[in-house]
Amino acid sequence: MAEAKKEQTTTHKIGIYLWIWGLLFVLSFFSYMVDWYNFQGLLRWSLILFFMFLKAGLIMAFFMHLFWERYALVNVLLWPMTAIACFVGLMVAEGQYTVFSRLFYFFVGGA
Amino acid sequence: MSDLNLDKLPGGFKGMSEDIGSDQTTFKGVNWGKAMMWIFLLSDTFVFSCFLIAYMKVRASVVEPWPYPSEVFALEMMGVPVPLLLIAIMTFVLITSSGTMALAVKYGYEKNRKMCGWFVLLTAIGGLTFVGMQAFEWSKLIFHDGVRPWANPFGAEQFGAFFFMITGFHGTHVSIGVIFLFIFARKVFRGDFDTGRRGYFTTMKSDYVAIEILGLYWHFVDLVWVFIFAFFYLW
Repeated sequence: MAEAKKEQTTTHKIGIYLWIWGLLFVLSFFSYMVDWYNFQGLLRWSLILFFMFLKAGLIMAFFMHLFWERYALVNVLLWPMTAIACFVGLMVAEGQYTVFSRLFYFFVGGA
Repeated sequence: MSDLNLDKLPGGFKGMSEDIGSDQTTFKGVNWGKAMMWIFLLSDTFVFSCFLIAYMKVRASVVEPWPYPSEVFALEMMGVPVPLLLIAIMTFVLITSSGTMALAVKYGYEKNRKMCGWFVLLTAIGGLTFVGMQAFEWSKLIFHDGVRPWANPFGAEQFGAFFFMITGFHGTHVSIGVIFLFIFARKVFRGDFDTGRRGYFTTMKSDYVAIEILGLYWHFVDLVWVFIFAFFYLW
């Protein structure tokens, strides 16, 4: 009985879901347009990342209800993701080093 | 245990430190199954991150040119190659199914049996469509273009290995999700969540919170696709 009281479910207006749904469609369309118009270089990367993070944020915040959860749960999820972001940064540096050594030894020649 | 009123608890970071230091349940107001699903999704995030980071690292360090996804994944429409057409449709199908799932969860909260069931069923059909299109994409790449995990006609050899591993792992998640969605659509329509009928495997009483937990999994699958779409197909 106490168990049942402890868990509260809240319902939200249907409008919020429809709005997020529509936004996801629009953002996906925009990110497809990035490819369609064949943007290149820094503009392409930044647009792809921008739309990607916006979509991911909308899905997590509203569809997965994180926006309405308490910080104890939200932080358990967000800090490990920060660690993943650091890992990405490390591997970018590592990748640059690898490609440098490959280019150097394959084409310039070692020993 | 006294009634827990979440509105009376402090919010924000103060609330977080009090929740964790309360010598009680840490995730207040969160069903244990939901907390467990979040922990599982977090571990799944690590797995997908490892795949995507490995892909990024290899793509950044190969010396041959990486296959240009815009051309590799183009479809011929009336003799004109349209870049990423199938992938774009797959993305829209998956987002649509994510939206129907969100509505299913909403109607689940309201204990609206019929609407909840229909939307879970719609989500399952959307997921099935996605898997079907992915099977088509794979067979085109394997039989038509001759892409193999160890070689492909477009460029760097590692392309195939990463493509099949990452989209395959995601497709497996979608397939498992579809199976569960069909099972839960049946459970909703049968009224399991209204009568509290005990589950076949778990022998625990059914509750509409199960739909929310299933929804978390399904939205996660959509979330992973957002990243795969950005990094593998668009980049």
